[in-house]
Amino acid sequence: MDLINDYRNSELILALAKQIKAEAATLSRPINIMEICGGHTHSIMKFALGELVEGVVNFIHGPGCPVCIMPVSRIDEACELASMQGVIFCTLADMLRVPGSHTSLLKLRGLGHDIRALYTPLDALKIARQNPDKNVIFFAIGFETTTPMSAVIIQKALDEGVKNLYFHINHVTVPAPLRAIMADKNVNIDGFLGPSHVSVIVGSNAYKELALEFKRPIAISGFEPVDVMASVLNLIRQHKRASFEVFNEYKRAVSAQGNVKAKELVAKYMRPCTFEWRGLGEIDDSGLCLKDEYVSIDARRVFALQKEQATKEAKACICGQILRGVSKPPECALFAKACTPNSPVGACMVSSEGACAAYYKYQRRGA
Amino acid sequence: MEALINSVIFEAFSEVGGEILKQANDSAILNLSSPLAFSTDSFVVSPLFFAGGDIGKIAACGTINDLAMVGARAKYLSCALILEEGLLLGTLKAVLASLASECAKAGVKVVCGDTKVLPRGKCDSMFINTSGVAEVLCEGVGVQSLKDGAKLLLSGDIGRHGAVVLSAREEFEISADLKSDCKSLLGVVMALIEAGVKPLCMRDATRGGLSAVLNELSRASGLGVVVREADIAISDEVLGICEIFGFEPFELANEGTFVLAVSPDDEQKALEVLRKFNPFAAYIGELSVRRSGVILQSRYGTQRFLEPPKGELLPRIC
Ligand code: SF4
Repeated sequence: MDLINDYRNSELILALAKQIKAEAATLSRPINIMEICGGHTHSIMKFALGELVEGVVNFIHGPGCPVCIMPVSRIDEACELASMQGVIFCTLADMLRVPGSHTSLLKLRGLGHDIRALYTPLDALKIARQNPDKNVIFFAIGFETTTPMSAVIIQKALDEGVKNLYFHINHVTVPAPLRAIMADKNVNIDGFLGPSHVSVIVGSNAYKELALEFKRPIAISGFEPVDVMASVLNLIRQHKRASFEVFNEYKRAVSAQGNVKAKELVAKYMRPCTFEWRGLGEIDDSGLCLKDEYVSIDARRVFALQKEQATKEAKACICGQILRGVSKPPECALFAKACTPNSPVGACMVSSEGACAAYYKYQRRGA
Repeated sequence: MEALINSVIFEAFSEVGGEILKQANDSAILNLSSPLAFSTDSFVVSPLFFAGGDIGKIAACGTINDLAMVGARAKYLSCALILEEGLLLGTLKAVLASLASECAKAGVKVVCGDTKVLPRGKCDSMFINTSGVAEVLCEGVGVQSLKDGAKLLLSGDIGRHGAVVLSAREEFEISADLKSDCKSLLGVVMALIEAGVKPLCMRDATRGGLSAVLNELSRASGLGVVVREADIAISDEVLGICEIFGFEPFELANEGTFVLAVSPDDEQKALEVLRKFNPFAAYIGELSVRRSGVILQSRYGTQRFLEPPKGELLPRIC
């Protein structure tokens, strides 16, 4: 089986679209499906899948982008750490471009601070080894997918006795915000596309209770168009027969239990804590932080940060509403005007997995 | 330094311009008999050697190709080297030999140059700048000639150079089949002109990939571009690497693949020539006054925009 081309097979995609439309014909209104993960938002826009199911499926974008959900306060902390003398500040992906209250990591890099966007988190360890006279701070971000990698680096650093590598942990978990969204009365969602890579780690069982408690079906879906269409079809069928199961479409990678070893490794070094989500506010046990016994490598505690920093979000930016699934990017007054990927106002336009960036990139103008 | 220049650099180019270089005058005196094309480019690539090429090959082909893209045959190149202290002599020799061999193949001479050595840490092992002058064989090739209904052809499959460099940097075990497309385009462009094709415009899809080129053509002509995804060849290896990192193959760099715009009358002839050089060459779409921007049509009939790439390519984390 060809893991890319078969899942992009146009006949299969068209057949699924036809089936979805046929199933939806008896519904009185379009079904609202939230994709939790930014990867799905991008697939849906990149393959223009919305067009295939127009009028019957309304895709709503959820909070699943690690860059977008980062509150300004944490970006300010990053900027503060990155500006310190003798520090090499490392992070991943698009984090560099997200605006904080006063500046961004990219601007600080332009001023001469040593700030690096890593290709792989393991590079943080390499950099620490190569620069024994510097303090290397790794700003760890991401959902369950990237957390085990951070745990691996912590383990390696401790085993090797690397003394100059510190961690600023900003890992978050998927089930907690999902619960918050399901419990929100203003959010009108009929079913969820469950994340693919995250679920490889957490396992499909992680969503069972949620689906039952809130009476919403969840389909764990791969990122390819055939995956997404097959999952949507399942959600419509479940919606019609009022069943609230977790359907595992991504069986080729996701098991019921998930990756137990990875979860154990994470649990060895980190514990759940409250995390302030951009757009969703503080959610108990939705984030991870280093356990107390690892205080000596915890950047937040080793380098005393100015606690009461005044943080400010750009006023007109509606990222928060978008992450809660109540608004779509074109409804923002700044979209594609004052806010573009080259000069982003909010995080949703920065991140390659953000909803605003996806709309801008693939669907900005009427075709 | 003098020894380096005399024994290593002049020696490397002895067959391709040595007689002019050795005069060691402040400037080279050249003979050209037609309108002149002139281009320059600096080359920075890490790693220096990769599957299918190296920085020397790119430095020669890059400038030869830029000149070929306006219908000109490169005759003379300059070569400026910025070397990091401690660079191995063997590495330098291998790079220069590769640069010289590409020049020999294309009948180009290296006639002037410059060498600077910087302290360790001030440059990433080596940078090369080449400038070239060329005889224009076919006038009027450029964005100014683009027009409504012009046909767009692509000379081969895309994204291989970008994918190779990326995976080399990541210490990836990649399939032996995946090689950079790095090569001189002079031969194929000459063959097009000899076959009587009148190119309206040509662009090699280097940094920013196919996506950047199509957007440049659209912007410069004020016309929309519509291309079909199914006609754009992408190897499975490139697709796989894109999936892992979350990149678009349309945004990955190429070093020997170009887009050719021709009048509808020339389409068939041009495609036949391109196919002789690369079986994956294809007609991919056209320019249209009725559309704006660059539109990619999927295999199953949906459409989306192909935006120009933004900033650095960074892998996804989700
Ligand atoms: S378009 Fe820009 S300002 Fe508006 S919500 Fe998106 S990121 Fe925020």
